[in-house]
Amino acid sequence: MLSSQIKSNEIVFGSCNKDLLEEIIFFGIGLGADFVEIFLENTDNSSVLAEEDFITSVSPSFGRGAGIRIFKGKKDGFVSTNDLTKHGLMRSVSQAIEMLDITENKREVFNGLNKHRDYSLSKKKWINEVPSIHEISEKLLVSTKSLKKNNKIITRKGSYSRNLQEVIIASSDGTYVSDTRLHQTVGLNVIASDAQYRSSGSRRFGSSGMPNEFRLWDHEKAANDVFESSMNMLYADYVDAGQMPVVLANKFGGVIFHEACGHLLETTQIERGTTPFENKLNEKIAHESVTAIDEGISEGSFGSLSVDDEGMEPEKSVLIKDGILKKFISDRAGELRTGHKRTGSGRRQNYSFAAASRMRNTYIAKGEHSKEDLINSISEGLYCKSMGGGSVGATGQFNFAVEEGYLIKNGKLTCPVKGATLIGEAKEVMPKISMCGNDLELAPGFCGSISGSVNVTVGQPHIKVDSITVGGR
Amino acid sequence: MNSREITTQISKAADFLNLKKWDYGASFSNDYSVQVDKGEAKQLKASQKQILTIRVWNQSNLVGITTTSDISESGIKKALKQANIASDFGNKNETTEFSPLAKDPIKVKEVKKRNPVGIKKLLTLLRGAEVKLIESHESIKSVPYNGLSESFFERVYANSEGAFRSYSKSQAALYLYARAEEKDKKPRSSGSVKLGYGADDIDIESCIKEASNKTISHLNYSSIKTDKYLICFSPESFLTIINAFSSMFNARSIIDGVSLSNKNSIGEKLSTEALNIYDDGLHEKNISSTPFDGEGTPTKRLCLINRGRIENFIHSESTARIFKTTPTGHAGLGSKVSVSPDWIVVEKSEEKFDLKTSLDHSTYEGEFVYIEELNAIHAGVRASQGSFSLPFDGWLYRNGNKISIESATVAGDIKYLLKNIVNIESSQEVTTSGISPHIWVDELSITGDA
Repeated sequence: MLSSQIKSNEIVFGSCNKDLLEEIIFFGIGLGADFVEIFLENTDNSSVLAEEDFITSVSPSFGRGAGIRIFKGKKDGFVSTNDLTKHGLMRSVSQAIEMLDITENKREVFNGLNKHRDYSLSKKKWINEVPSIHEISEKLLVSTKSLKKNNKIITRKGSYSRNLQEVIIASSDGTYVSDTRLHQTVGLNVIASDAQYRSSGSRRFGSSGMPNEFRLWDHEKAANDVFESSMNMLYADYVDAGQMPVVLANKFGGVIFHEACGHLLETTQIERGTTPFENKLNEKIAHESVTAIDEGISEGSFGSLSVDDEGMEPEKSVLIKDGILKKFISDRAGELRTGHKRTGSGRRQNYSFAAASRMRNTYIAKGEHSKEDLINSISEGLYCKSMGGGSVGATGQFNFAVEEGYLIKNGKLTCPVKGATLIGEAKEVMPKISMCGNDLELAPGFCGSISGSVNVTVGQPHIKVDSITVGGR
Repeated sequence: MNSREITTQISKAADFLNLKKWDYGASFSNDYSVQVDKGEAKQLKASQKQILTIRVWNQSNLVGITTTSDISESGIKKALKQANIASDFGNKNETTEFSPLAKDPIKVKEVKKRNPVGIKKLLTLLRGAEVKLIESHESIKSVPYNGLSESFFERVYANSEGAFRSYSKSQAALYLYARAEEKDKKPRSSGSVKLGYGADDIDIESCIKEASNKTISHLNYSSIKTDKYLICFSPESFLTIINAFSSMFNARSIIDGVSLSNKNSIGEKLSTEALNIYDDGLHEKNISSTPFDGEGTPTKRLCLINRGRIENFIHSESTARIFKTTPTGHAGLGSKVSVSPDWIVVEKSEEKFDLKTSLDHSTYEGEFVYIEELNAIHAGVRASQGSFSLPFDGWLYRNGNKISIESATVAGDIKYLLKNIVNIESSQEVTTSGISPHIWVDELSITGDA
C-alpha cells in the first residue's frame, strides 16, 4: 500500500507516470497557463582520465531533475527542481505561474496526454552494453601508450566520458514522450616540447546511441594523427597577419559555418534582433556553391536524436540551398515569437535549462572539387588543417583559432605556421566560400549557448574562402 | 535535510557500508533570474538545485568519487557505493588525503544577509534599466543581452574525522549589453556587468551609464593597420590575461606538465620589479568570496608575484604535499582535485624606478591602443605554450583623439607581455574578476583589416 502511494506521488523513471503528469498539467492550465511543459531527466554518467601511463580520475555521477515551463502569450516562466514528488512539481508550476503574474480568467483546454511515444524501448539494454570502467581504462592506457612515440612528447592524456540520459517530456498539447540517449566521447591530447619550442595536438571522437562505438574506436590511428600534428607544429613559425585566401579542411573545419552562420540562423537570434539574416529568407546570403544542412537524423552522429527536448522528432533542414537562405532553426518559443515552424531543434543541456533553438548535425554539403583543386587555385594563402574553438559576438563577428596551419605558396602546401586566428563576419564571409570539395566528413563537438552545452556535429568538405582576415604576429 | 542532517546521514550510511574514511562537498542553491525584451518579460527563471560530491577511501587508501543531485537516503547510499567502486581505480601514484587545515579556523566576511526581492521586483528593475539604456542615446536600438539574477546558496564541506564547515551567502548580478545601429554603419555592441550581495545592492545606474558610454564610444569606428603598438590594457582586460595564464602559478598544472613554470620557478623574474600580483579570495571587494575551498582549507591572501618574481604557487592538499608546503585554499573537489585562483589583485610595488610614468590612459597624447575587453579566451589562448591571439574591443588613440577599432586581434606571448610592461598606473579599479590598475605594454602585435 505504502509503495503504491509513493509511486503515484512521485515520478518513477521506467514506469507509467501519465496520471501524475496529467494532474500537474491540469493544475497549471487551471491556474491560467496557455501552455505547460514538463521535462524530466534521469542521468547516469561516468568519465575516465588517463595521464601518461596511469588512470588518474574515474568520476561517476547520477542525478534527477525536472524543468517546468509555462507560457502565457509569448512570455515564459521556467522553474527547475530536483524534487520530483507531486508536491515538488506542483510547487514548481505554482512558482512559474506566480512569476508570470497570471491573473486572467481565460482558460486553455487540456484534453489529456496522447498515447505514450516511447523511443526508449529498444535502448533499455544500452546500460548493460556500454564498456565497463575496467574496459575503458585498459583501452585508454593503451591509447596514451601509443602516443609515446619519442622523447619530445612530454604530456599524454586520454579521456572518455559517457552520458546516459533518460527523459520524459509531457506538455499540454498532448505530447507524451520518453527516450533514452547515450553519448560517448573519447579524446587524446599531447604536448610536445624541445628546448624553447612547444606544441600541442588533440583530437576528439564522439557518437550517439552506439554502445559499442568505443570498442570500435581505432586508437592507433588517432594516436598517430595527434602525434603527427604535434610534431608538425613543434618548430612552426608564427603566421604573418593579413588578408588572404584560405582553405579549410573537412571535418572540424565545419566549425566555421557553425559559429559564423549557424548560430545566426537560430530563431533565438531573430528574437534578440542580433542576426543580419532575419529578413533574408529566399535571398542570396552565400556563394552559389554553398548548400548547408542542419539535421538530427544521421545514425550515430553526435548531434543526432530520436526526439528533441520538446518532444518533436528532428527533421532534416536545408538551411541554405545554392547560396539562398531557405530555413531557420526553430523551437517552440521560436515558432511562437518569430513565426518560423519548429524543426525538432529544441535542445537543452539538462533539466535546469529551458529548451532553445540549437543546431544538431550541421554541415556544408559536398561539392565537386578535390582538395588539390582548392589548394592549386591559391598562389599565397593559408591551409587550416585543424581548427580549435571559436565564438561569435553580439554583432556577428566571429573568430576561430587554427590549431594546425600550413602556408600555401604557388598552389602547394609549404611550411607549418602557428598562432593563426580567422576573423570575420558571416555576412561578408559566406559569399566568399567559392569552392567546395567532394570530401564531406563530420566531427563531434560541444556547443555552448543559451540553453547550456549540447552535443553537436560540425562538418564540411574542404572549402576555399577567397579572402579572410588572419590574425597572427 | 539540512547540511548537518546530510552529514549524519552520510556518516550512518558509510558505517553501514563499512566505509571508514570519507568526505563530501555540497552546494544547495535557489536562483531567480529575469530577461526582458523591449519592455516585455522574456524569460523568467527559478531553480532549486543541490549537488553532493562524495569521496571514499578504500582499504588501500585509494580514493573514489561520485557526484549526485539525489540527496535522499537511497541517493546517498548509492553515491557511497559508487564512490567505493570507483576507488578501485584510484590513482596509486598520487594519493589524496584530507587537508591538514580542514579544521583550522576560517575567516568569514561579515556581510548582512539579503532576502530574495522576488521575480516581480527583479523584472521591474530590469525593465526600468532596459528603458533607460535605450533612451540614453538615439543610436541604441535594443539591449539584446540582459539579465538580472539573485542567488542564495549554502556551501558545505565535512569529513569522517569531524571537520564540518558551512557557509551561506547571497549574490546578485546584472548585465546589460546594448546594440547600437546607425545608417550605413555596422551595428556596434558593448555592455557592463555589476555584482552585489543582493539585487538592492547593485548599482543599476552605473551599469546603465557604463553600458551606454561604452556602446556609444564604439559608434565611430575604423579598421586598424596590422603592426606592433604600444598597448594600454584596461584593468578588466589585464585581469583576463592573467587569469587565462594562471597555470603559471598553479601547482597542479606544473605537475601535469601544462604550465610554463616548473617546480624550480619560484624566484623566476617574469616582469618589472614594479609588479605585484596576489590571489585574494577574501578581499573585501570580492562579492563571490567563500571562506574555504573544496577540501575545507581556509581561503587566504597569497602573493603570486612579488616585485616581478614568482613568489608562490597555488595548491591543493596533494600538490602541497608533493611540493612540501601547505595547501593554500585553492582546491576544487573532484576525483582529480583541481586547483584554480580565486580573485586576482594586481598592484604597483614600491619598486617603480623603471616605469614610464608619463603613460596615463587619461592624459597621454601619443599613439596607443587601449584594450577595453578581450574576447574568445577559450579559443585564442594556448596556456601550455604561452601564446595568445585574441579579438578585442578597444580604441586607437592618436593626438588625444580616439576611434573605436573594428575587428582586430592582439597576439603575443605571456612572458613577452609581462617582460614588456612599461607602466603600471597608480589607481586600481574593481572588476568582477579582481582588482587591477591600467597596465601599459610595449610592442604587441595587432592584426586589423586596414
